[in-house]
This record gives sequence, C-alpha cells and structure tokens, in this order.
Amino acid sequence: MANEVILLDFWLSMFGMRVRVALAEKGIKYEYKEENLSNKSPLLLQMNPIHKKIPVLIHNGKPISESLTIVQYIDEVWNDKAPLLPSDPYQRAQARFWADFIDKKVYDAWRKVWTTKGEEKEAGKKEFLDALKLLETELGDKPYFGGDSLGFLDIALVGFYPWFYALETFGNFSVEAECPKLIEWAKSCKEKESVSKSLADEKKVYEFATERRKKIGIE
Amino acid sequence: MSKDGKLLLLDFWASPFCARVKIALEEKGQKYEQSEENLFGGKSELLLKSNPIHKKVPVIFHNGKPILESSIIVEYIDETWPSPPLLPSCPYEKAQAKFWADYIDKKVFEVGGNIWRNTSGEVQEEAVKEFIEILKQLEEALGDKDFFGGKAFGYVDILAIPLTSWFLAFEKFGGFKVEDHVPKFSAWIKRCLQRETVSKVYPDPEKVYEFVGNFRKMNGIE
Repeated sequence: MANEVILLDFWLSMFGMRVRVALAEKGIKYEYKEENLSNKSPLLLQMNPIHKKIPVLIHNGKPISESLTIVQYIDEVWNDKAPLLPSDPYQRAQARFWADFIDKKVYDAWRKVWTTKGEEKEAGKKEFLDALKLLETELGDKPYFGGDSLGFLDIALVGFYPWFYALETFGNFSVEAECPKLIEWAKSCKEKESVSKSLADEKKVYEFATERRKKIGIE
Repeated sequence: MSKDGKLLLLDFWASPFCARVKIALEEKGQKYEQSEENLFGGKSELLLKSNPIHKKVPVIFHNGKPILESSIIVEYIDETWPSPPLLPSCPYEKAQAKFWADYIDKKVFEVGGNIWRNTSGEVQEEAVKEFIEILKQLEEALGDKDFFGGKAFGYVDILAIPLTSWFLAFEKFGGFKVEDHVPKFSAWIKRCLQRETVSKVYPDPEKVYEFVGNFRKMNGIE
C-alpha cells in the first residue's frame, strides 16, 4: 500500500514542530495542512474528536494524536533509518522521563511567562529557567541529548527554541546568559536541515504572541 | 543492563500509580522488594535522592538504577521482559494504547481529586459531572471488548484499574455511583479484579476511603 501521510498542524506549535522534525529526519514525504485553531477543520474534529488539538498525523487514513506518541510511532514504522529512541530499555525510559518533564514543567512555565503578568509571570520565569537548567545538566557534554545524533529528547525540546526570543522579551531575561550550553545545543540542532526547515521563525512567533497578549489584555 | 538483578520498588499502599507497577511485575512473574514510604511523616533519603525533581512514588530500582513515572516504568517492564506482552506489537495499536494512557493520566485522578477535595456544592457537582463524562469516554473506548487492548489484559488496563480503588471514596464524597452511569466499565472493573495479579496488589477501597476521609479532616475539608 502506498504511504499516505498527512500532518494537521499549526505553524508555531512546539508540538507540531516535533512531528515535522521527526518526519524530516526519516525523509518521509507528507502533506502539511495548516489548521486555523479558531475555526478547526472538519478533518481535525473527525481525527481528534476527544482533544480537538494539533498535531495529528494521519497515516493511510488512520489518525495518531499526542506529539510524543506520534514521534514514537514514526520511529517504529520508519525504522530503516535515523533511530530516534535508543534501543536500550533503560535509556528509553530516561528519554521518556525527560520528555514528560518538558511537557509538564517547561510547557507550564512557558504558558505563564507569556500569558500572565505580575507574580504569576515572575514565578513562571523562574520555573522556566530552572527547568532549562536541569535539562542542560542532563545534556552534559554530549552534542545532543541522544548522544552523537539527534534523538527523541532533542526533538521533544527543540520546538521551544523559536519561542525563546518572545519569552525573553516579555520576561526580560536571557536564556543564553543562564544556560549557554543549551543555546549552543539549540544552534547546532538548527544546523541540521531537518530542524531548520521545521522550526517556526522566532520573529514571527514574537509578533503572533504580541498580538495575542494585546487581545487578552496583557500588553 | 542484565534482565536478572534486583528490583526494589519505593511504594505507598494507597497509591494507584505504585499499584500499576506491581501489577505489571506480577504479570511478568518478576519478584521484587518493596519499601513503604511514609509520604506524610517524611519521605526517605532514598526517595528524595532518586526522584529529586518530582519527589514522588513510585520509583523502581533495577540493578541499582532508578526509573520514574508509573506509565514509563510499566513500559520499561514490558520492554525488559517481553513476555507476556502488555503493549501491542502493531505500531498503530500501540499508539492508540498510548493515547488512552495519556488520557487516563491527564483526567481520571485529577478530576476525581476535585470531587473529594471539595465539600458538597457547585464545584463538587461540576467535578462529578466531568468525572462521569470521562468514564463514559473510557467506556466508549472499551466498547464490547473484554479489555482495552482486546482479548488480553494489557497496558491500558494496568494503568486504569488501580485508579478504580479510589472510586468508592469519590462516590461517597460526591454522592453518586459509578455503576449507575457506566455499567460496561463497571463490568470491566470486576473482570480485572478477577485476575490474581490485580487483586493481590489492589488497594482496599474501604481503607482508601478512610484514608481520604482522614486527609480531608486534617485539611479542614468537611
């Protein structure tokens, strides 16, 4: 059967970017469909009726949701090149743990920094940097979280990188000042075509976030 | 890492998340040691050292190395001892199982918590409504199958069944009965409890209800 792959996505979603990078790493041809999140398509509502969220990967008509699950699915189906998860069960558990940490701590702090103000925003800023510092320690001296090559955890985190500029501007801080090794890591990820062509432009992210903040009364 | 080698679980009797790990180990016929944590009197040095980020149970040590987060631990157990399989081998079926695992993890315990953490009133009523909707969603996912994965007891069942040991507490404080709303799901609960691997580690719902009641009193929720 011919492989038909469709990705329902939104250009600045960190979660969507994860899937784009994974597809690019594996060299998979797919159709990208941009969703208007204030007017979700019938296809999205049909393919992810429970959460109604992107990203959704549709492979030969069957939907897979939740970005980390999608990345693991891609890794298992297209297992002929660029392995994303390590083969050792303990290493896999470690990668999954840190990806879960990103989804809980980094995401929560990200939301606070750009959509709240005052005390909550300051708390978010601290939580964001604390979380990144922990990740930087986990990275250690390795070029990638995955070791010598880009892996699952690199993919889990790299989608946040285009958001750094916006968060730094709104929160008045510098990720590079606090986590220089992490910025080095992000830059070397971006040198890979699979990453650079998948990440949103940070200035456009900033513009979008600024508009949204005005609408919710934060600016 | 060698498959053989000591397994030590940092445990708490009432924790459904710890029970998940125990069921998985029982299903695989793996022997393990347990160390009961006193979550309110003072967490052990070992717990705080091995899980400094979340400071939560379960933590399992295999050959001295810690693995954290119950769903991740269950998957680790499945990958280390492949027989009998808990997750489907087909990537699509596996992705579906993970979707439901994620749904269960995000919704069940938290919304259940909103029931017992509140006294009767609008907030609690909303929580009860939401909880029933979640169970209806799960009942729909189960369909006419014996278990979430089909004919065999597996990953999603393991993640979901221990949470049901807290349902008596939710029901008593929330003033409702699960069986009235989701009879097929209730039948699934009974079916799972017939398995020895589940019944021998399933927290006693009456004791959980008492535990939650005491916790409420201690925190002025009455």
